[in-house]
Amino acid sequence: MTATADAQSVAPTPEVGRIDSVTREQVEDLLYLEAGLLDDWELDTWLALYTEDCRYVIPCNDTPEGDPARDLVLVDDDHLRLSCRVERLNSRRAHREYPHSATSHQVTNVRLLPVEGDELPVLAEFVVWRFRGERSYSYAGRYHYRLRLVDSRLRVASKRCVLRMGSLRQVSDVAIIL
Amino acid sequence: MTVTHDPTRQLAASGPLVEEDLAGHRFRVHRSTMTSPEIHTMELERVFGRSWLYVGHESEIPGKGDYVRRPVGGRRVFMVRGRSGQVNVFHNSCTHRGAMVCRTDRGNAKVFSCFYHAWSFNTDGDLVGVPDRQAYGDGLDFSALGLRSVPRVESYRGFVFLSYDPDIMGLIEYLADAREYIDLVVDATGTPEIISGTNEYAINANWKLLAENSIDGYHAVSTHDTYFKYLVALGTDLAGGVNGTARALGNGHAVLEYAAPWGRPVAKWEPLFGEASREEIGRLRAELVDRYGEVRASRMADTNRNLLIYPNLVINDIMAVTVRTFMPVSADRMEITAWELAPSEELPQLRQRRLDSFLTFLGPGGFATPDDIEALESCQHGFHSGGVEWNDISRGMAREPQANDEEQMRAFWRRWNEQMIGETR
Repeated sequence: MTATADAQSVAPTPEVGRIDSVTREQVEDLLYLEAGLLDDWELDTWLALYTEDCRYVIPCNDTPEGDPARDLVLVDDDHLRLSCRVERLNSRRAHREYPHSATSHQVTNVRLLPVEGDELPVLAEFVVWRFRGERSYSYAGRYHYRLRLVDSRLRVASKRCVLRMGSLRQVSDVAIIL
Repeated sequence: MTVTHDPTRQLAASGPLVEEDLAGHRFRVHRSTMTSPEIHTMELERVFGRSWLYVGHESEIPGKGDYVRRPVGGRRVFMVRGRSGQVNVFHNSCTHRGAMVCRTDRGNAKVFSCFYHAWSFNTDGDLVGVPDRQAYGDGLDFSALGLRSVPRVESYRGFVFLSYDPDIMGLIEYLADAREYIDLVVDATGTPEIISGTNEYAINANWKLLAENSIDGYHAVSTHDTYFKYLVALGTDLAGGVNGTARALGNGHAVLEYAAPWGRPVAKWEPLFGEASREEIGRLRAELVDRYGEVRASRMADTNRNLLIYPNLVINDIMAVTVRTFMPVSADRMEITAWELAPSEELPQLRQRRLDSFLTFLGPGGFATPDDIEALESCQHGFHSGGVEWNDISRGMAREPQANDEEQMRAFWRRWNEQMIGETR
């Protein structure tokens, strides 16, 4: 896929030998790269960090354990829907995000969990600031990643964003990508 | 209309707030209805204090002692299934000195105990525990100190409503012709239930803009272009369009009914659902035909319904079923709570399709709802820009109202005006 090549040329992720030898620093490099691409609205390049069978999920605020197969969630994207989301946000016709918000994705408290099969589960805390018009919003929560090696490079197989806020009353919506 | 000394009148320089000119094919609403803090205060009493308001769905509290807590009409209440299985709705306040006795949003309880002085109440509201009871005199009647029920609670086919007006007409009479549409939704889903996962968001816009938007067929094509593109990318044929009708249902309720360009889990298959579910959807449809006949079954399966139950409940039976209620916090802000309603016994793959259908269009993370939020906030900014006094809601006045006309909004506004001004034309 050409977008993958773009991701590497714009901001290469390092080659990694084996999933069980990945270091926290390497994971942080990936997460910071992702955050930077989102903040720069380089969404096509950002999408290239995701595997072809990826999932991007945000449960509802009142059901942090929500299962997209059974429960209502806010976002449940596979690769196709995620690319539609990117296309929409790039289109100028996603009215809530045209013009785009200025965002700052801040990622901390990165923890690597034991490798499961070919996947490395990672936890991290996030705060995403969003500024648009005269308003500012902040989203806080925990990322649950599952990372995998594709052609010796770390890719996101799954990202689940569990919001800490009890509701979306203060932020209206999740029109941006967290 | 005759001019009265009602203060709301004086807010509109030219007299009435809602003006209907049948001969001139003009219906317009004064923009102060959207921006005035005085009108907001009056609405709390005259609209929300005197209507039936949606509390929740009985499926949320299936067992005795199950409860949900939420504000309704701006007041904190909770709904609990009592000891004999009936649904009770109580003001959430200890009868002693006021603290809330229900302190979590959902759960199960035998007693609700106030943490302040430990008075406790059973699920029927009876006061069953008072520490150091001997400190009170014999004359005090503890049986009169049970939790206060809201003045009226009634339910229709699982949808529980309350009213703070003890003298309001019964719920069935209030629902008027909207009942038929609730019946269609419920009959098509068998035993419906509210799915776990709640959308709780807010819009910095007047609440009546969402009442309009929820039943607005006219905006779909222009505002939701990116959603339709997404459907087309997934193989949906939109050629059929969204043709249909708009109807006033009495008492301010209104509905759009139109052909579904998209698939419906009950029971209109489309490629997006996948081949695997084709047979099951066919079976569901055959069942509906068996039970309700071809005409009604086709109506259940093939047509969408955007139903507004006045003043602030929306049941949209579209690519999935959403139950949405909203409440003004001020003239410029509302809070919205929305749920998904689905058949309780649904095959997992159909449930998955239903969930997909819901969240791609609806909800704060979907491909459409954020753009509605933007539209409504944009209107609110536009109102404050000034210069233009009236909103025009005349579309379709000179023809049999279509689904992309505005007759359904006029029905809402006529009732709103009646409640606010206290006068019928």
